[in-house]
Amino acid sequence: MTAAQATASTVTEPRAIVEVEGVSKVYPGGTEALNHISLDFPEGQLTTLLGPSGCGKTTLLKIIAGLIPATAGQVQVDGKVVTGPGPERAFVFQDFALMPWASVLRNVAFGLELRGVARSEREAVAEKYIEQVGLKGFEKAYPHELSGGMRQRVGLARALTVNAKVLLMDEPFSAVDEQTRRKFQEDLLELVARERKTFIFVTHSIEEAVYVSDRIVLLSRRPSRVSQIVEPNIPRHDDPEDIRRDPVYLDTVEEIWQGLKKYLDEGV
Amino acid sequence: MQTSNSTPALRADRQAGPAAARPARQAGPGPSSAVVVPSPSLLGQLLSHPLFLRLASVVIVFGAWEYAGRVPISPAFPTFLETMDALFGLIADGTLLQAFWITLQPLAIGLFASVVVGVTFGVTMGLNRLAEWFGAPVFIIAQSAPLAALIPILTFAYGIGLTSKVMTVCIMAMPVIVLNSLNAVRHTPASLLEMGRSFLGSRWQVIWKIVLPAAAPVIFAGLRLGCAAGFIGVILAELLITPTGIGDIITYNQSIAEYAKMYAAIFSIIVFSVLFIELIERLEVTLFRPEKRAAR
Repeated sequence: MTAAQATASTVTEPRAIVEVEGVSKVYPGGTEALNHISLDFPEGQLTTLLGPSGCGKTTLLKIIAGLIPATAGQVQVDGKVVTGPGPERAFVFQDFALMPWASVLRNVAFGLELRGVARSEREAVAEKYIEQVGLKGFEKAYPHELSGGMRQRVGLARALTVNAKVLLMDEPFSAVDEQTRRKFQEDLLELVARERKTFIFVTHSIEEAVYVSDRIVLLSRRPSRVSQIVEPNIPRHDDPEDIRRDPVYLDTVEEIWQGLKKYLDEGV
Repeated sequence: MQTSNSTPALRADRQAGPAAARPARQAGPGPSSAVVVPSPSLLGQLLSHPLFLRLASVVIVFGAWEYAGRVPISPAFPTFLETMDALFGLIADGTLLQAFWITLQPLAIGLFASVVVGVTFGVTMGLNRLAEWFGAPVFIIAQSAPLAALIPILTFAYGIGLTSKVMTVCIMAMPVIVLNSLNAVRHTPASLLEMGRSFLGSRWQVIWKIVLPAAAPVIFAGLRLGCAAGFIGVILAELLITPTGIGDIITYNQSIAEYAKMYAAIFSIIVFSVLFIELIERLEVTLFRPEKRAAR
């Protein structure tokens, strides 16, 4: 979709900010991870890539991030073809990817440091986002002094400071314990509502996907194709705890489970 | 990654490492651990104090030395006190200072060259596969070969002067420095490299701000091992090429059966080596490991 088409479409239909067109990925050695995937990611929404382990979700996310090249096809972000990482995209890593020798403040400000933003300026921005993710008072702490959940909050704050339009999150809560993960999911909903950014979220947890997503893209087993797109229509303005008891939430989880189960049966 | 090189200097260094970190850990969760463990008696506290334990280990070793000297296990083995007496004699008449001045020249030049060239080579090879394939085999062979056997060849090539002693220090110290730097750079966490790229770091920014800081601990481990090997190198050179400096005190006093002085010279170079390697570790923590400094 081009920019002209986007303005022509109706107001209720958000334009696609990330467009994946016929992307395939074959790793050296012949492993076929992705098979001709085409997908649009609407602006301002949280889209989840969900699928069985090793289905190539992370591969697709890293191709969108420009960290690995696609074997065929192309990705456009904001109308521009992706050839590498860009300022309109920021990445949140599964293993946090924090520098152990740097304080929370420097880690969060690191994206701006690499862009050559002056120290006082970037630290002011970083402090704002450290407060937003609930880590105020930990600016001078080092990663090894924080819990897993707090470390991922640092990773999230770092991605927010560079003010990218698209946030790419690679299983961000998988290395975090269950209680912390639930709190995180609630905070993420709040963040999506507040920041008006586009989120692309990778997870293998059906519950997590249904809880946080506007759209869920189900990927099949390797070589991955899009098998189904689910748009859970769950009311999100209420208490976040209510969502987990909402019948629509429970039905959607069940529906996706039934959809994914056949891949497991095939695997066995 | 690290080759074990069992010089006394290194063993002392490794013992000092964890022991130094202990007081900080005790200070941290103090109140919570006091609930579980009943507060120990004053004597117990003294006995488990790191300073006391370290002093005790030194006293035991020197005590055993003193005892072995008094038995005596060999007429050529002086007691600890005789050795210390000889050491003060050597310090008082200026012999030791003069000897150190001479020994330190090839050592300082050799170590400086090994550290600068070694880290540069190692890091370059870590960053570039072609450089690694070209350069690494030489250092892998050098690390496993008994290089002291090359000293006669060095003497033929460079004579009996300073140059061949500097070369001896270099061939002993450089391989481990190069290989540790290479491995340190090669094992930069992949996700940190991806992080640097995804936040638009240039190649140089990624090297300076991510690769080198991440590699620093292993590079410094290589520096400590390399410098310890350099000390071995300089003493070997002074014993095998021409007796000068500390090597001269050792060989001369051995030949006239002044064993206390001979051991005093050996003792002094061991102490110096331990202190030097401790200094490198302090330097590393001060310059490159702010998170370790914060933990102390």
